[in-house]
Amino acid sequence: MSRPASNAAAKPVFKWHILVFLAPAVLVYTAVMIYPLFNTLRLALYTTIDRERVFAGLDNFRTLFGDPNWSGQFWNALGNNFWFFLIHMLVQNPIGVALAAILSSRRLRFAALYRSAIFIPTILSFVIVGFAWKLILSPIWGIAPGMLDAIGLKFLYAPWLGKEEYALTTLALVSVWQFVGIPMMLIYAALLSIPDEILEAGECDGITGMAAFWKIKLPLILPSIGIISILTFVANFNAFDLIYAAQGALAGPDFATDILGTFLYRTFFGFQLQLGDPNMGSAIASAMFGIILIGVCLYLFVIQRRLRSYQF
Amino acid sequence: MKRTTLKTILLASTLLAGGAAWADDVTLSIESWRNDDLSIWQDKIIPAFEAANPGIKVKFTPSAPAEYNAVLNSKLDAGSAGDLITCRPFDASLALYDGGKLSDLTDLDGMKNFSDVAKSAWSTDDAAHTFCVPMASVIHGFIYNKDAFKAIGVEPPATVDEFFAVLDKIKADGTYIPMAMGTNDQWEAATMGYQNIGPNYWKGEEGRLALIKGTQKLTDEDWVAPYKQLAKWKDYLGDGFEAQTYPDSQNLFTLGRAAIYPAGSWEISGFNGLVDFEMGAFPPPVQVAGDTCYISDHADIAIGMNAKTAHPEETRKFLDWVASPEFATLYSNALPGFFSLSNAEVKMEDPLAEEFVSWRSKCKSTIRSTYQILSRGTPNLENETWNASAAVIKGTETPEDAGKRLQEGLASWYAPQK
Repeated sequence: MSRPASNAAAKPVFKWHILVFLAPAVLVYTAVMIYPLFNTLRLALYTTIDRERVFAGLDNFRTLFGDPNWSGQFWNALGNNFWFFLIHMLVQNPIGVALAAILSSRRLRFAALYRSAIFIPTILSFVIVGFAWKLILSPIWGIAPGMLDAIGLKFLYAPWLGKEEYALTTLALVSVWQFVGIPMMLIYAALLSIPDEILEAGECDGITGMAAFWKIKLPLILPSIGIISILTFVANFNAFDLIYAAQGALAGPDFATDILGTFLYRTFFGFQLQLGDPNMGSAIASAMFGIILIGVCLYLFVIQRRLRSYQF
Repeated sequence: MKRTTLKTILLASTLLAGGAAWADDVTLSIESWRNDDLSIWQDKIIPAFEAANPGIKVKFTPSAPAEYNAVLNSKLDAGSAGDLITCRPFDASLALYDGGKLSDLTDLDGMKNFSDVAKSAWSTDDAAHTFCVPMASVIHGFIYNKDAFKAIGVEPPATVDEFFAVLDKIKADGTYIPMAMGTNDQWEAATMGYQNIGPNYWKGEEGRLALIKGTQKLTDEDWVAPYKQLAKWKDYLGDGFEAQTYPDSQNLFTLGRAAIYPAGSWEISGFNGLVDFEMGAFPPPVQVAGDTCYISDHADIAIGMNAKTAHPEETRKFLDWVASPEFATLYSNALPGFFSLSNAEVKMEDPLAEEFVSWRSKCKSTIRSTYQILSRGTPNLENETWNASAAVIKGTETPEDAGKRLQEGLASWYAPQK
């Protein structure tokens, strides 16, 4: 290693150590992420005829978007997925920001207790959350009808998970309940990183209380909100667990809670009388990948460039 | 020297492995969706077989009913499925046989114990080959709470009008939910609803075969009328039945909160251990008193041989035993409500099961209308029927619209219906 410096400057040496240090991560990531991803995309181009896998080009996609039996289900699932995402954006993220703003207030007592309490559902398993809420809302054994009855609001109760018009919204709100801790924590961290000098400078100019939040803090945490939005988008379009735990893979009632994840599961692995079809399943997975890719690109190239970040 | 040692070790290990295999019993494993029956297989059925056949061990390895078909298919494709395969009736198993996954069992000795009708659910369309040994059928009807009926003062109904009169009385009384059924899981609405009451309208086999031949349509009155009755059930189901699941319904009935349970006979063994009231059963009510009654006596479960099994001889031995009268008696009594399809005389000990099976002599038997041939294409008629039955009960689709939608779906791929 004792090379003369002049020599190195004259002839750039290939930096082997970079490769060596990158290799473990690259190899593991390739083996468990990149290879399966491309293999799924490849599988979507094949079909099974007489138990032989044959190349079929874009036939699976033609079936998925062209055959009314498939496309009806696909658009239904996609529409439901957008609604699921919309509820998260409209309910989860504003509540998360509000909670973080309240928690970061210096006058609040027991802040650590609230923070933990709100964050705990996030670490619960989907299965527990799904079953617990299913029981809470159950018209037969649940505590929801009784609690509403106790405050004289029994007429507001409906078997929410069993009605086509409410089921998806109910599940989206359950998911919001579970995950509201994540935006709260991220925004909370962003709020804490705002230096006191800036706020104090604002105070000197007469900006205090709510005005300080809207005019100083909110612009400074916008990049964090952007990141949260894109995380929500990816998580929602990959969602599956909660719906499966609460409603099963048929995503009842009458497919009202069917999202791309459950549609993929039903197609790929089969359910009840439906047999699994890995090729059509891969086609759906590829479509999901495409949708998420487009969403993330839109964010990166259209929104994130307009966000200004500040260095303190 | 070193090389010799290695060789010796290799030789020794081969001998050991060989010796071990020779000393071991053959173990057969059974693929099944009946995870409810695990203890009955382990404690009653398998020990009886093992006692009679030393050297063969049997393992019962069930998977979840909803996932069985899919799991079994992937296991068969991967070559990791068990030696014995529990067969779903009709097309699901026929597809496995056509795909070379199940062995032909036509020449199995025990097959002579079964009638052609019993074998039809597991035979090729031309009835030339049979690939599963029939085990049991299930009968649909209504189980009711005798104490509740006595308290309210009603008798089991024989006609549709009486049926609704009984439901009205129970509802007016208010102590009990008239009928325990939910639409959350969908299949209950079709299996315990539509396929339960339907045969009385489409006249059992007559209508079912006419549908297959294409001389009747799902939009015909005979096929829409059961939906019309289902639509009326809505008022008699519990509050929030839309979100009520299958286990919810079972619990409502066994806890004594509901008076009538639209049932399949497979519930009997489970219910027996849970209820503390007396249960009775009545067949689906007919339209006019004195009409011939039809019941759904659906061939439901059979067992076949994995074509790739490593122990074909032992597997056939087990299947022969399953076909024997000894197994029929053992199985029917261990699992009251699963009625053996064997020709052998089986003595039933459970009174409720006895009641169900007595309808076979009073009424004409048929099987579920959607199972044979009609669910081979996409959209799958059986799946669509689940969906339509649930929608009709909830009132989100009219009976006529449901019939029309199902007919369009069927006609889209089934030539005789075009």
